[in-house]
Amino acid sequence: MVPTDLRYTRTHEWVRLGGDAATVGITGHAQDTLGDITFVELPKVGAPLTKGREAGVIESVKAASDLISPISGVVASVNAALESAPEAINKDPYGAGWLYTVKAADASEADGLMDAAAYEKFLESESE
Amino acid sequence: MSFVPATNEQRLEMLRACSAASIGELFADIPKTLAPPAPHSGFFGTEGASEFEALTICERLASENNARIVSFLGGGFYDHFIPAAVDAVASRSEFYTAYTPYQPELSQGTLQAIYEYQSQICRLTGMEISNASLYDGGTAIFEACKMAMSSTSRRKVIVDCGVNPTYRKMLKTHTAAISVDIAEVPLWQDGGLDRQRLSGVIDDGVAAVVLQNPNFFGVIDDHSDIVDKCKSVGAIAIQSVYPLALPLIKSPAEQGFDIAVGEGQPLGLPLSFGGPYLGFIGAKKQLARKMPGRIVARTADAEGRDGFVLSLQAREQHIRREKATSNICSNEALCALRAHAYLSLLGKNGLIDVANLCRNKAAYLRECVKKSIPSIKITDRPIFNEFTMALPISADDCVKAMAERGFAAGIPVGRYYGGDSDNVLLAAVTEKRTKAEIDCYVGNLREAVGVKR
Amino acid sequence: MSSIIFEKSMPGRRGATFPKSDVPIADAIPKQYARTSPLALCELSELDVVRHFTALSKKNYGVDTNFYPLGSCTMKYNPKICEKIAALDGFASLHPMLAQLPGCGGFAQGALAVIHDLENLLCRVTGMDAFTLQPMAGAHGELTGMMIVSAYHRKNGAAKTEVLIPDEAHGTNPSSAAVAGYEVRTVPTDPATGLLDIGAFRGMASEKTAAVMMTNPNTLGLFNPRIKEIAEIAHACGALLYYDGANLNAIMGKFRPGDGDFDVTHVNLHKTFATPHGGGGPGSGPVGVKAFLEPFLPAPRVVKNDFFALDGNCPDSIGPVAPFYGNFSVCLKAYAYMLMTGGAGLAEVSEQAVLNANYVMRSLSGHYDVPHLKTCMHECVLTAKRQAERGVRAVDIAKALIDKGFHPPTVYFPLVVKEALMIEPTETESKETLDAFINAMIEIAEAAESGPKSLHAAPVSTPVGRLDETKAARDMDVAFL
Repeated sequence: MVPTDLRYTRTHEWVRLGGDAATVGITGHAQDTLGDITFVELPKVGAPLTKGREAGVIESVKAASDLISPISGVVASVNAALESAPEAINKDPYGAGWLYTVKAADASEADGLMDAAAYEKFLESESE
Repeated sequence: MSFVPATNEQRLEMLRACSAASIGELFADIPKTLAPPAPHSGFFGTEGASEFEALTICERLASENNARIVSFLGGGFYDHFIPAAVDAVASRSEFYTAYTPYQPELSQGTLQAIYEYQSQICRLTGMEISNASLYDGGTAIFEACKMAMSSTSRRKVIVDCGVNPTYRKMLKTHTAAISVDIAEVPLWQDGGLDRQRLSGVIDDGVAAVVLQNPNFFGVIDDHSDIVDKCKSVGAIAIQSVYPLALPLIKSPAEQGFDIAVGEGQPLGLPLSFGGPYLGFIGAKKQLARKMPGRIVARTADAEGRDGFVLSLQAREQHIRREKATSNICSNEALCALRAHAYLSLLGKNGLIDVANLCRNKAAYLRECVKKSIPSIKITDRPIFNEFTMALPISADDCVKAMAERGFAAGIPVGRYYGGDSDNVLLAAVTEKRTKAEIDCYVGNLREAVGVKR
Repeated sequence: MSSIIFEKSMPGRRGATFPKSDVPIADAIPKQYARTSPLALCELSELDVVRHFTALSKKNYGVDTNFYPLGSCTMKYNPKICEKIAALDGFASLHPMLAQLPGCGGFAQGALAVIHDLENLLCRVTGMDAFTLQPMAGAHGELTGMMIVSAYHRKNGAAKTEVLIPDEAHGTNPSSAAVAGYEVRTVPTDPATGLLDIGAFRGMASEKTAAVMMTNPNTLGLFNPRIKEIAEIAHACGALLYYDGANLNAIMGKFRPGDGDFDVTHVNLHKTFATPHGGGGPGSGPVGVKAFLEPFLPAPRVVKNDFFALDGNCPDSIGPVAPFYGNFSVCLKAYAYMLMTGGAGLAEVSEQAVLNANYVMRSLSGHYDVPHLKTCMHECVLTAKRQAERGVRAVDIAKALIDKGFHPPTVYFPLVVKEALMIEPTETESKETLDAFINAMIEIAEAAESGPKSLHAAPVSTPVGRLDETKAARDMDVAFL
């Protein structure tokens, strides 16, 4: 079950809207596929992000993949705790394992993302 | 001479198991039109030599070289003594017939040796992390520059002309197709750093500044001021070093450098007409994720026993493909093992001894030339084991004349620096040169430069 | 684990001594330039060091100790005479500058002859027109090849930005193309044939394409017979065709890349030509080109007139990629090997390498799934899909093989095959060894059916068990300080 209050990308990031800035993380499925996460390269606070473009890199023992920005805007804060404890992403991908927050340039961009039901369907289709 | 053990009977048996009537059938996917012309009468019809014949051919070729000429050649590659135990341990075929240690349980020997080698490089340079080796000192500079460009997101590299000119050329080759702005800063006429000019070009657009110590002219320096300047603008400071000088001169870490690189040939590797050599690299810990190539880390198994693995592999080409930190796959692992064995054998005191012998003998040569050949001009810059001489004749002519007398006198600098350096000769002295050889060299040099051609 | 060498250090002990200085002691290095931090190296006797390394060596598998069927790596036997030849003083003690100094070229004629002759031999094996021995490893050869491609297009004023590479290619291909400044586009493999999807390839090739990198046979061990067609498509849009020589051991005497219209190639002397892998290197990756690309090869070049000499007057050259002439002593070992095999021996090498791989594949096809069950070349790719359903993954099979005395095949590569097991026996292994390996693989397949749990503990016969790679990456203990 994926949280119903979030929006999802086909590259397995989630975004939580609301408040001043949107919060971004990777999904439970993504952390599961990557395995033990050993390192995250997060964007710098103040850096401009473009929807669909690279925002950072996430590394596990056997893989490294790009973090794709689900939404355009300026980075407001990053989860500094991940620097010393990246395993938080494995343990709690939708909570303590959040990656960064972004001041969205245009919150309506998120409308194009999947809701929980659509993402679950997408996961099913991917596993086939 | 064939190394194929299959007998004819076995071949037939194996073909039967494959339901093939002939070996040719196994190659049926290769269209006839693509087969080499005259496969059995041309090159692929030529018979091989026996082991004895091959040895004889190669011994004859070896005898056509003169490796015994009394050599004062350096320029980054030196004729140092190699203790027999280095050859003995590196000749263990458990090491040299192994592949990259992808299966750690079967490769703890190689892995621990590399971990220890990384530790040796860190201890020698003062840096915090190292890797399992790079191809050579030249490509190590290229890799270090890539690390700097990646971590600063800038594309400009400043290179001091005291850096080995061959390495500067290699850097240009490797960066010709990518957008990198390389600016070379000329030296003072006497071979020292042009501090003012160098500082003047280091600004906040610069990714890396590359220096060498001792530099190509043999001059030793303290680059702390340049490193400070780099730090003030956020540029990465890179120093290429001669590892055997490090027991005596300030380490890259003592000067504050972010990355140290160099050629490991002096650490127990034979000259072998150009390779294989060993690129070493050390860096500050925060650059770990930008580091190219293999890195070995210590960890533990389920029972808590310590062991070693290739780590941080996600940076590497076999996983990250076009986004890898580097394309390097095979490195110079066996050369790194040799360097590790050399450093272990000499240890702290042996290494200081060798460095002092080199330094004393070079100083002696310099003094002798100064005293007995006044027509040769030598500056008083501090040196390690190599220095330049301004001759009254062209350095090319001098080298030619000295070769006839049985000496490889040194490297003419003009071929690299042009201008009015045609008469400048770079001479190096290692611990292998005796006082008698040095005296004889000076006597012959006096005659050689006295005769103008 | 043997204790770390630094832990064995005993202050005051020495392992190597040097002559007393026969010249006056020089003034100390001025303080400003002198090292002040301690030189924390070990202090050991020669025996301490020899024992330490000997103990380490016993914890290693090599070709000399065990069968090593690592796919893509060509772990063949390394003849001992080649080591002896490389150690001959006339080669090992030769300073590379000698060949470049005025009046000294005569001191390196034998070494220059080796370079010249080996370049020539490689031309004959591959059907290319000229070679350089400078690249110091296979990936360095790829990079050199891509830099030659780039220099060629620049010279012709062609603005090309992309390199096309099949999805099954070695990781070095896309990585080398990227280091040379190209954007990499990945061409899919046709799952039905295991070969390049030519339709997709045709759609991707354009005037932007600078080069197409191919390995043939590819990493699935399959030869692509439509290579001329691929060459035509590439050449029609002005792109060059690059042959990755990683799998050259399959085709010597049967196919020369030059005859397949390839323009640039690299070969791995440490794979095909029997030089040792050294626990990860040194290798050597000579690059061969067709005549129209020869001017772009790295300088200087060895030329033969009355004598061998170096020619540095190459205005179109990409410049040097190595400090001198490449990993010379590796080249020398390959040269000695080729003297012994002759051309006929090289053809025999490929024939036996291919027969051995097919024999292993056919013998195991009843026990493991084979994604492309047809004649393979010098290596075969199996999948542990069937075993994985029982909870036994490729990695478990690899570790179980260790307990049976074999180095495992390459696992999880190529990426296009799930649970891949890539086996390359090489020609130097006897049928007896292959049979023992086949039996071990069958026993493991049977164990996967009956009691899969027993395989998860493997290996149990090694100095350490499966190591915690997550801890390694998170702790980053990479030096003993």
